[in-house]
Amino acid sequence: MNRTATQPFIGTGRLVRLALRRDRIMLPIWIASIASIAWMVIGSYEATVGVEAQRISTATFAAGNPMARMFDGPAAGYDLGAMVMVECYQVLAVLAALMSAQAMVRHTRQDEETGRAELLGSGVVGRHARLTAALIVTLAANVVLGAAVAGVLAGSGYTGAGALVAGLSVMGMGWVFAGVGAIGAQVFSTARGANAIAGVGLGVVFLVRTVGDLLGDVAPNGVAVVSAWPSWLSPLGWGQQMRPFYLDRWWVIGLFVGLTLILVAVAVALEARRDVGLGMVPARSGPAYAAPGLRTTIGLAWRLQRGILFTWAFGLTVMAAAFGSMGSSSEELIGENEQLLQLLARLSPDAGVVDLYMGFCMAMLGIAAAGYTVQALLRMRAEEVTGRLEPVLATAIGRHRWLASHVIIATAGTALLLTACGLAAGAAYAAAAGDWSQMGGPLGGAVVQLPATLALGGFVLALFGMLPRWSGPLAWAALAMALVVGQLGSLLDLPQWVLNISPFTHVPLVPADPFAATPVVWLSVAALGLGAFGFAAFRRRDLAIGA
Amino acid sequence: MEHVIRTRGLTKSFGTTRALAGLDLTVGRGEVHGFLGPNGSGKSTTIRVLLGLLRKDGGEATLLGGDPWRDAVALHRRLAYVPGDVQLWPNLSGGEAIDLLGELRGSLHRSRRDELVERFQLDPAKKCSAYSKGNRQKVAIVAGLASDVELFLLDEPTSGLDPLMETVFQDVVREITAGGGTVLLSSHILAEAEALCDTVSIIRDGRIVESGSLAALRHLTRTTLHVTTREPLDGLETTPGIYDIVISDGGYTARFEVEADQLGAVVEHIGQHGVLALTSAPPTLEELFLRHYGDELATLAGNGNDNGKPDGATRRRRGGAEVSR
Repeated sequence: MNRTATQPFIGTGRLVRLALRRDRIMLPIWIASIASIAWMVIGSYEATVGVEAQRISTATFAAGNPMARMFDGPAAGYDLGAMVMVECYQVLAVLAALMSAQAMVRHTRQDEETGRAELLGSGVVGRHARLTAALIVTLAANVVLGAAVAGVLAGSGYTGAGALVAGLSVMGMGWVFAGVGAIGAQVFSTARGANAIAGVGLGVVFLVRTVGDLLGDVAPNGVAVVSAWPSWLSPLGWGQQMRPFYLDRWWVIGLFVGLTLILVAVAVALEARRDVGLGMVPARSGPAYAAPGLRTTIGLAWRLQRGILFTWAFGLTVMAAAFGSMGSSSEELIGENEQLLQLLARLSPDAGVVDLYMGFCMAMLGIAAAGYTVQALLRMRAEEVTGRLEPVLATAIGRHRWLASHVIIATAGTALLLTACGLAAGAAYAAAAGDWSQMGGPLGGAVVQLPATLALGGFVLALFGMLPRWSGPLAWAALAMALVVGQLGSLLDLPQWVLNISPFTHVPLVPADPFAATPVVWLSVAALGLGAFGFAAFRRRDLAIGA
Repeated sequence: MEHVIRTRGLTKSFGTTRALAGLDLTVGRGEVHGFLGPNGSGKSTTIRVLLGLLRKDGGEATLLGGDPWRDAVALHRRLAYVPGDVQLWPNLSGGEAIDLLGELRGSLHRSRRDELVERFQLDPAKKCSAYSKGNRQKVAIVAGLASDVELFLLDEPTSGLDPLMETVFQDVVREITAGGGTVLLSSHILAEAEALCDTVSIIRDGRIVESGSLAALRHLTRTTLHVTTREPLDGLETTPGIYDIVISDGGYTARFEVEADQLGAVVEHIGQHGVLALTSAPPTLEELFLRHYGDELATLAGNGNDNGKPDGATRRRRGGAEVSR
């Protein structure tokens, strides 16, 4: 290759070292956490279903169970390694995707947003060097992650091709979302926007593969699901279709690599066409004067928060409607599964099948809505560290008033999201089943999540007041823990006190279970107490002075 | 005189870094007070403590008769703040940011706002993300200076402004003080302080090392004289109070510095030689400033190969010697 051709990439090596230096703690923690989740699932799974007869009945049960198909994925036989991977693949893949997209955005758009890229770009650094360096680091991190997952499996006695295929399936998802992050970083002018596109992408790939798996059939052997075609449109579906320890479909990795190449090519083409520091959407002119609505702290908070709220409202409503519309097909599937019917009757003797299904769906949407709550509240931290809070607090606005305006928007936004989810799920189910009498169930199931969501919000507020530097990582870690406990808690056989840490453990499974006032009251007290602590602590601390 | 700002022994540390080490700052009503010091000397920290954004570790601070931390909101109604490096919301227009900050303070003067937007040649319809550094600074200046308040805290307000806009800024500050406002102007641009300030305080390592009216401070240092005489000048080298003398033109022309208290005697001595031309230059603020930072400059120049890292201990000891002089 001649000199001219390599120039767009000049300086890449140095930037790779810079990125590794910056991420020397962050990426190892991500990788170790994801691998240890796999390790924990293996341990607990072995303990629960060690005997082959037990495994066969569990796999048969899962193959015909719509909730297992939705939240875990398509069953893949009764080999212990295969069952472990079905159980935990979705969590591992989602975390790998988040790790990758965030790493890409951190080393591309975030650098542009903060002006660091300009400084780098003035040096001997080629046009594509930053993107290339970010890709090298992120793709390599996923190779390490894949190797770690394979190593954990092999170390636990699940050796051979299956372990490698499992590692590749996790790596592939990370690769694709590195590509998604790369495109987001080109299109959006803020790191927040670029990260949001990865979140939207995750929602889409989850929904598409869920539809495919719900529409799928039980395989002739009775212990696996043959997914319908939509599963093959989703990278998350591909990872599951690799079927480690069952079919070991090596060739699927080609789909991951191919899509990653396409996404990266698009990102590179976009980067070649745009100016450093700007997004693809040109900045328009705005009004020369502020509208009366903007001249208050609540007006400003709304202006800053509305984009986040609209994005989440759209995503969650679509997801809730999809859950709702699949309600009646779940009902049919469950009706064919005698074993499941007996289990459900034992779990909640009085509950209808649809009510149970809706209860589980709403519990999941409750944790998803908490993602909005965390993001909306952390917006305050962003305002502080970028230095935009300083001129505001130098006016006649007290700290409590500023804090309150953001908290009001985040609280009302959370309530709105949950209500919208409940209505969308109820209406979609009613439209699909032609039965409009069931509207209230999902709505109740969604709204009852509010105190738990706000308790997590209160925790974020307390962090913001007390440990502002750590508020971002710890808030997301708390949400991730709630998600892991909710998804894998009962399976991992975690002690009850660990389960109790997650506020969502305490929420009654409305509409399957009756509404219970006691936990709801205690969750509300926790939310208020933590929130009040956050207010008091923020009043007493120094402002972080941004650069 | 009534004090608008008064701090005594103010201290503030960030971890092990001592940003303010017993700062005594006094600003009287109606003053334009220059707050001078290089980057990192504690100017912005002082202002942020005065704004109640940072909490003091020790000492006293009074602002407009109130406590900057406890009475922050009430005090902020009576003051305007212009930060030196302002960050704005990328998706708001400049006009929106000005109105918002002004209304939050509760004292935005509508016609004054429009007038200042005009004078600073700011396009208020542009999004903040599209502004250059100088234009972002104009937004902060207009939002701050269009307020009807008693006190203006300006923290390196003209950083990034072009010379034309700097002139406009100086005019506007003069209008403010003509109306009875008090200004604390933190700066490291000495010409700007010299053009605007009645009184100055020089800060070094979190402590005020010199404070007073510019006229009084000038008295502390030397005046430069440039003189041409009919008869050759003699005996100047040995006259007390004369420094850095350069004699040229066969002894008919001389250039030297004189200490303020020896000025009368020296001029009398020169007068005996038949003065043909005499120019005198008053001490500049820069010379005042260098009295307190000259040693650091020497250290930096001397250790040029050492990445300009001065030996902290030596510097502090020398600085102390300066203060006690």
